[in-house]
Amino acid sequence: MTIQTGTQTVKRGMAQMQKGGVIMDVVNAEQAKIAEQAGAVAVMALERVPSDIRAAGGVARMADPTIVEAVMNAVTIPVMAKARIGHIVEARILESMGVDYIDESEVLTPADEQYHLLKNEFTVPFVCGCRDLGEALRRIGEGASMLRTKGEPGTGNIVEAVRHMRKVNEQIRLVVSKSKDELMTLAKEIGAPYELILQVKELGKLPVVNFAAGGVATPADAALMMQLGADGVFVGSGIFKSENPEKFAKAIVQATTYFDDYPRLAELSKGLGQAMKGIEISRLTEAERMQDRGW
Amino acid sequence: MPNSQSVMTKKSVSKKIGVLNLQGAVSEHLTMLKRIEQVEPIAVKQAEQLADLDGLIIPGGESTAISRLIRQNGLLEPIKQFAAQGKGIFGTCAGLVLCGMETKHHEVELLKLIDIQVERNGFGRQIASFETTLDIAPIGTDIPAVFIRAPYIARAGENVTLLASVNGHGVMAQQGHILVCSFHPELTQDDRVIRYFVNLC
Repeated sequence: MTIQTGTQTVKRGMAQMQKGGVIMDVVNAEQAKIAEQAGAVAVMALERVPSDIRAAGGVARMADPTIVEAVMNAVTIPVMAKARIGHIVEARILESMGVDYIDESEVLTPADEQYHLLKNEFTVPFVCGCRDLGEALRRIGEGASMLRTKGEPGTGNIVEAVRHMRKVNEQIRLVVSKSKDELMTLAKEIGAPYELILQVKELGKLPVVNFAAGGVATPADAALMMQLGADGVFVGSGIFKSENPEKFAKAIVQATTYFDDYPRLAELSKGLGQAMKGIEISRLTEAERMQDRGW
Repeated sequence: MPNSQSVMTKKSVSKKIGVLNLQGAVSEHLTMLKRIEQVEPIAVKQAEQLADLDGLIIPGGESTAISRLIRQNGLLEPIKQFAAQGKGIFGTCAGLVLCGMETKHHEVELLKLIDIQVERNGFGRQIASFETTLDIAPIGTDIPAVFIRAPYIARAGENVTLLASVNGHGVMAQQGHILVCSFHPELTQDDRVIRYFVNLC
């Protein structure tokens, strides 16, 4: 019996199993347990949630492995962790620890301002952020097995995630509608590998799962992203920066499954307490915009 | 050549197969079911939908998340009753865990439909996830099987038939109209396993 690990099917398949679910940012074992209890499909182990990274300033790096390990020991659901863009060694360290998925993330300070990781070379699968189809397909070309919108992390403001999800889906429709002899020029215009453009044309969708991320703060936000075509939802600061994390976590899980059941969404949204405090995007300086990191 | 009469007959025996649509690889199962003639695939979110079905697939996903959604949305008893009526149920991966009788992890509330003890994530974390091919006696040989953070069957009761194993661990089992497997037939292009289930319904 031959057994193959780290195949494309196994890496992309892991993300397919997360569909319709919520992946929650946690900074310790206790939060991880709350997330698991609430029905999260995975947790992202971090040293700080994005809103605290914003507040702290300075260079944001991979979390202390002690935190990642504590989270891995606390829950039975998959554990993800973030590595800096282009930081080969942080990624290899996380892989050696056995994390289930690595987020090559713009939330951390990039380690390379020109190149992303060659994710094909790893056994562990990667998720990457994207704002448009070109960026999505470049990341897939490097070996990302899962995508997410970048949104604007740590703001509790859904507007950028909406923009990015709509943009990717609009460009997929454009690819599908174009005749084949127009696609090389389109590939050049949006900076996407031609072969992957052909694949999108054939499939009518991305070849990997695409989640929403970056600004989800309420059950209604999660349901909105599902209606716009997200396969699932990442919630960063939105859970543990809210007044009642348990309630928010549970309600967001329900809202992601029953995203078009409005009476139910109304019930879920009642009496949750304060959501995380949001930030108006135009107040951010250019240096504070995390979504512009990535190439 | 089929005449219009036989087409009519075929239509009348078409089966409605549901896929529990709470979380996980739902669309992959629906896509595979669509390829099978005389099957009407239905995504199931509400208990009321079960009444119309001949069979139900509980897909892969996160068993903790799916078990909470089953409980919170009043699906636990209806699914148990559905099985008690002799309707077919097929649990893949997380679905296998949920159909099982016992597991060491208390985070998951089980449906207890088949007499197996389950080792959740028994084959390890994601970096140990793998592909292989299996020979499954009643179905065929060289069947592609994708295992993702897969569970295995640690113990099977005497009324349970083990259909396949990997490295001595049970990965597929059947008890009457209840079928479970640790792997993901819906992630391959080979529909033999799903066809086998449809024939049980």
